[in-house]
Amino acid sequence: MNNSSVYLYILTAAAVIYLIRMLPLTLIKKEIRNPFIKSFLYYVPYVTLAVMTFPAILSATDSPISAWAGFLTGVIIAYVDGNLFKVSLGACAAVFVVGLFL
Amino acid sequence: MEQIKQREVILTRTNNKKEFLQGMQAGIPIGMGYLAVSFTLGITARNIGLTPLQATAMSLACHASAGQFAAMNIISSSAGFMEMAVTSLIVNLRYLLLSSSLSQKISSRTPFFHRFIMAFFVTDEIFGISSARPGYVNPFYMYGAAVVAAPSWELGTFLGASLGSILPASIANAMNVALYGMFLAIIIPPARKDRFIAGLVILSMAASLLFSVAPVLSQISEGFRIIILTVVLAGLAAVLRPVESQEIQEESAHE
Repeated sequence: MNNSSVYLYILTAAAVIYLIRMLPLTLIKKEIRNPFIKSFLYYVPYVTLAVMTFPAILSATDSPISAWAGFLTGVIIAYVDGNLFKVSLGACAAVFVVGLFL
Repeated sequence: MEQIKQREVILTRTNNKKEFLQGMQAGIPIGMGYLAVSFTLGITARNIGLTPLQATAMSLACHASAGQFAAMNIISSSAGFMEMAVTSLIVNLRYLLLSSSLSQKISSRTPFFHRFIMAFFVTDEIFGISSARPGYVNPFYMYGAAVVAAPSWELGTFLGASLGSILPASIANAMNVALYGMFLAIIIPPARKDRFIAGLVILSMAASLLFSVAPVLSQISEGFRIIILTVVLAGLAAVLRPVESQEIQEESAHE
């Protein structure tokens, strides 16, 4: 494929993605007063991130067993501590260690 | 009102610097996870015949994992530009919800031009840590996270596209859960403090599981699954327990 058409493809994707991110940020300038919409937007991160995490995490590694270990370790550390780095690293370490025995 | 104003992030130079440094710190685990994912992205790019430069340019311009995989799929099938635009719109539609949610976390005192820059870094992860900030989010917090995390997205793509798999399989395998670990670190602590949010998180995961295994439902693409479940479940939560603006400020201020 020729070089310039690849970059045109990339530009198209990038422009669409940027617009999707930028329009709500710039068009919704004020604090929303409507209690329903306000509450809805407040709950969005919890639902979206939970849906993205599970069950996708279970197929993220080469074995469901190590993936479960990573998931459960992540949940436990997040519950006890909550520090991003520790949770992330702990989940990775669990996958690595369990992977050694599989 | 007075209380909210007091807590409001005031854009002073020292504060911006502090927020930037805190953002950088939060950006480290994100960067780690990005390296693993973008590495795979780079390998995929290599397989469809993109040069390392093209693959890296795409990562720099898009910062979207599922979006970039979809875009590469379009490129490799030599589909039209219209198809590229429509697919990008569909696969990345959830950012519309995330950005709308983020719009409510930006203080009216934040100069408007910041919104155009912040928009560039609304990835799932940077959005996640930003929405977990108490009260309003300072744009410099996002920038701090971005300067640490984004380069590793580009670097991973470049390495994957130019070298193929160089990481030992066991390490690469373990790094694949890094970003999910981050998501857990964002949603579990508030769930611990608030049983309603705990219920919402569990319900969201259960519904997501149902959508991935049930006949018919599992035909729905992941992008749409995220959008449908977010609209339905966050909507349901909003009906069951509306949150007052005062309450939101206080809850987040207590974290």
